[in-house]
Amino acid sequence: MAEIVLDGISKRFDDGFEAVKDMNLEISDGEFMILVGPSGCGKSTALRMIAGLEDITEGSLRIGDNEVNDIAPRDRDIAMVFQNYALYPHMTVRENMAFPLKLAGAPAAEIKDKVEHAAETLDLTQHLDRKPANLSGGQRQRVAMGRAIVRDPKAFLMDEPLSNLDAKLRVQMRTSVARLQKELSTTTVYVTHDQTEAMTLGDRVAVMRSGILQQVGSPAELYDHPRNIFVAGFIGSPSMNFLPATVDGDRAKLAIGEVPLSDELRAEAASAGAGRDLVAGIRPEAFEDATLVGDARDRGITFRAKIDLVESMGSEKYAYFEVGHEGVASKELAELAEDAGLAETPSGGAGQVVARIEAASEIKRGDDAELWFDATTLHLFDVESGQSLRSA
Amino acid sequence: MKRGTREYTVWSVGMIVIIIAALFPVLWILSLSLKDPATIADGRLIPSEWTFDNYEALFTGGFDSPLLRPLINSVLIALISTSIAIVLASFTAYAIARLDFPGKLVILGGALAIAMFPAISTVGPLFDMWRNLGLYDTYPGLIIPYLTFALPLAIYTLVAFFREIPWDLEQAAAVDGATPFQAFRKVIVPLAAPGVFTAAILVFIFCWNDFVFAISLTSTNSSRTVPAALAFFTGDSQFTAPTGNIAAAAVLVTIPIIIFVLFFQRRIVAGLTSGAVKG
Ligand SMILES: Nc1ncnc2c1ncn2[C@@H]1O[C@H](COP(=O)(O)OP(=O)(O)O)[C@@H](O)[C@H]1O
Ligand SMILES: [Mg+2]
Repeated sequence: MAEIVLDGISKRFDDGFEAVKDMNLEISDGEFMILVGPSGCGKSTALRMIAGLEDITEGSLRIGDNEVNDIAPRDRDIAMVFQNYALYPHMTVRENMAFPLKLAGAPAAEIKDKVEHAAETLDLTQHLDRKPANLSGGQRQRVAMGRAIVRDPKAFLMDEPLSNLDAKLRVQMRTSVARLQKELSTTTVYVTHDQTEAMTLGDRVAVMRSGILQQVGSPAELYDHPRNIFVAGFIGSPSMNFLPATVDGDRAKLAIGEVPLSDELRAEAASAGAGRDLVAGIRPEAFEDATLVGDARDRGITFRAKIDLVESMGSEKYAYFEVGHEGVASKELAELAEDAGLAETPSGGAGQVVARIEAASEIKRGDDAELWFDATTLHLFDVESGQSLRSA
Repeated sequence: MKRGTREYTVWSVGMIVIIIAALFPVLWILSLSLKDPATIADGRLIPSEWTFDNYEALFTGGFDSPLLRPLINSVLIALISTSIAIVLASFTAYAIARLDFPGKLVILGGALAIAMFPAISTVGPLFDMWRNLGLYDTYPGLIIPYLTFALPLAIYTLVAFFREIPWDLEQAAAVDGATPFQAFRKVIVPLAAPGVFTAAILVFIFCWNDFVFAISLTSTNSSRTVPAALAFFTGDSQFTAPTGNIAAAAVLVTIPIIIFVLFFQRRIVAGLTSGAVKG
């Protein structure tokens, strides 16, 4: 067990491509750190540098007390779970799990004990003598985990370990990974492109974009105080809505109406210069069906919107509506949309807004409904830099 | 459904015809090898008189017997050629499958071109050269041309296999605490072994079966292999054809190959088609 410190780490590949740029990150002993970002942003590269599978172009990497830049993977005492599991096909489950112990020269009896204990933890006991090819995806995933935990290494590195599982199994395994990590309290770096995984698993989450670390913080910090448009759009599901806004005195003018600014926001907006173009960020859950809002009503504003579509999730409903604006032109948002495919496109482009409302709401498709918006949760971003005014 | 059945029938009949066409000569040779000289020309598939005289005659005389020395030559030459070819081809195929270097396609293309080159057209020049170099009628005199043709075959087979080895496992092993050599020996070698083995079998069969080089580049039993030796069998007297003996020797050289192929059939088919199906 040990802390891991990345100090100004960069990676330039032979072809000149810079996949990780000046990354600074301190992962404390026993912490579960998530590295999250769209695919191609350099997460795996960063992880592989920690593992020693990729040379570090610049900067210094420490595991425990030692700088390990020039130390071979096998001497770093870390265990890694690969995205494709990388199980040895010619070995049984038992042999796979015993492999690191055997290489370390552990006595046979101890190997047997440890492997069987790990197998029990992961519910693999009855599969110990089977070959990986004959196992299901979930079982293979557990074998890969088993191979990592038998050894009690300084740190676990996991590269999208759940991405090859189907949705249901992924959620199941997510909880067991979290539980396992808490039980073992081994420092863990976990790479994923799935923000839900990031939010639910990690003690802290590091968001990356194009090789640059955007923000590091607890899931709640990232959710409540995203430092820029990218983090704001990436964290949270459904994604944050973005609308063009201008600030005039103590109010922000949005397509849904004029929103009173909190003192904090007002000061920052003022320092940024009045009348400037900004981007307002509104989380879907900041909206509510106005008829269901009680005392909180004066915390926000109400407005009317024509509802295009209502999706019922059972426990809640998503109401989609259009507001008359051109959309927000932002490189970050375009990138997010591209990464998400069609699934969770942040509403940067089309001027479509999604509101997450209570299941009890009776709003239907086609209604001209009255919606409420909690003004205290408004986020404002600079159009040019994408930075949040709150943290500016 | 009806179409399915008919297709099945057509395929089955076709296959039976092909199998008979291919196996009949083999059966005939087997039958000839078991007949005695008196009935050898009776034109019957089942011998009326069974005898093993033909086989015995092949080995009478010990080292000077018609077959023993050529058999030893065949085995040794094929084994040596196979070993050299596999070692060299493994290096080449590893480089081609794993590394990016200029001229990679030229090497593969060159190998293919050589494999397609008609062997017979090299025999004349080789005959002259070997006589001048003193390689005529020696083991190296056969091993060298065998390598020329076996190497491309082995390289092609091995590249197809090596491309499918999950090389990421090397990295998994490194993280698990293996030295590069341990990763190679405990992870990569076991995974590469089936491919290397298949290539070895194919090369061995190629060398074992060769007749063109063996007949042209040897003159005595000191290096003559079985296929060539067959052509030099003499009858018991000047007036009897050595048909029975030739048949018996032919059966003897065919049997190991048949056993090989039956035993490793799946593997060989996989080896011959692996690149084609997955690549
Ligand atoms: N060996 C390499 N040579 C050149 N570029 C690479 C190499 N490996 C990865 N890259 C590039 O580095 C970027 C980051 O890759 P990676 O870390 O795998 O992203 P991800 O965040 O999806 O894990 C990608 O754009 C990828 O194309
Ligand atoms: Mg990756």
